[in-house]
Amino acid sequence: MSHLSEEQLVWHYYGEAEDAAGADEHLARCPECRQAYAALQRVLNLVDGAPAPGLGESYGREVWERLRPALPKRRRWLPLEFPRGWAVVVATAALVALAFVAGRYSHRQEPIAQGGPPSQQVRDRVLLVAVGDHLERSQMVLAELVNTRPRAVVDISPERQIASDLVGENRLYRQTAAFSGETALASLLEELEPLLLEIARGPSRLTAIELERFRRRVESEGMLFKIRVVGSNVREREKDKEL
Amino acid sequence: METSEQVAIAQVRAGYTEAFRVLVERHSRGLFRLAWRMTGNRQDAEDVVQETFLRAYRQLRRFDGRASFGTWLHRIAANRALDLVRARKLREAHRPRADEEESDPLAGLPGGEPGPERLAMSGEVQRKLAEAMDRLSADERAAFVLRHFEGVSSEDIGRALGVHPVTARQAVFRAVQKLRRSLEPLMGTGI
Repeated sequence: MSHLSEEQLVWHYYGEAEDAAGADEHLARCPECRQAYAALQRVLNLVDGAPAPGLGESYGREVWERLRPALPKRRRWLPLEFPRGWAVVVATAALVALAFVAGRYSHRQEPIAQGGPPSQQVRDRVLLVAVGDHLERSQMVLAELVNTRPRAVVDISPERQIASDLVGENRLYRQTAAFSGETALASLLEELEPLLLEIARGPSRLTAIELERFRRRVESEGMLFKIRVVGSNVREREKDKEL
Repeated sequence: METSEQVAIAQVRAGYTEAFRVLVERHSRGLFRLAWRMTGNRQDAEDVVQETFLRAYRQLRRFDGRASFGTWLHRIAANRALDLVRARKLREAHRPRADEEESDPLAGLPGGEPGPERLAMSGEVQRKLAEAMDRLSADERAAFVLRHFEGVSSEDIGRALGVHPVTARQAVFRAVQKLRRSLEPLMGTGI
């Protein structure tokens, strides 16, 4: 009877034996191999008991504190606690939009006074910043999908999650822009909405063909180019309002 | 992958750096353990953890979600630790013999107060184990740690270390053989 080799025993121990059932059967009826296997187990179990350094409860936080200064300071767009934070963002956007519309349709001259309500210029700028961010995030999501070249199936759950957040926001900004006569912006947001909806309500995993179809659609509509143009216009106006 | 993790990744990708904190706090300990086992040195392990997160942050767009985020991070850490151990072995190979005598055989073990697990294992066994691990080549140590402690299959070890799965299997096997040679004499001592 041929015995199991040392290599076979090692891979049996790690559950990667080519013939696990055969090895089990052999071990059951071969005392020599059983003894060799037990010796191997003893050594590897000893290795298992090697002490690992103790880490404090706050280790993760300490790593983050050390890491944080090395990370680029990019624009904050969502608070960390997602559901509650998202409600805050939506509520803020709605308030800003209302203030914007109210300001546009109010013919009363507001005196600029310290400590008083924000001026029309401030309100406009706040909205422009919000819309600029919205366009930037939308562009990121579309670009991420357009630039993905999968071999088989690709998981787009993260993009889907962002797109579903962007849909509600997009609707709000579109209505506000239409209301206030921002036709170019309103028209872009109107075109953007079905694309965001398609991502948000579609499957979380796309085949290469589905992704290619989506990419062609985005490209045929020139959506990324349009977002860049309108987005850059919004950013310019944002700067003007700052002056 | 957990939803909170997916959301955090999506947020970081969209430019919200602060969301990266969730991922750092969740994976720091696991990465430290892996890095410590691969490098045998606390300071090196800390450096590996730090560099792994930095690299992951910069390359987050390349993370395709096919493997879990934790697996992806472990792969980055394993490679970084492997580079570090390889470089160290190279330096040691060029070091004069007189220096070798000064090296502390317990350097690979964590300092400070011993924890309960460490107390459970006798000092002699700990020393032998640290020595045995140090005698492994960088590739053997990396492959062994991934297989033995992290439960990574030989195919995935090959993928993580950029070698053929057969090469990964051979490295694990050689590591086990070397450890057996070093540790089996201790088995009869009743430790």
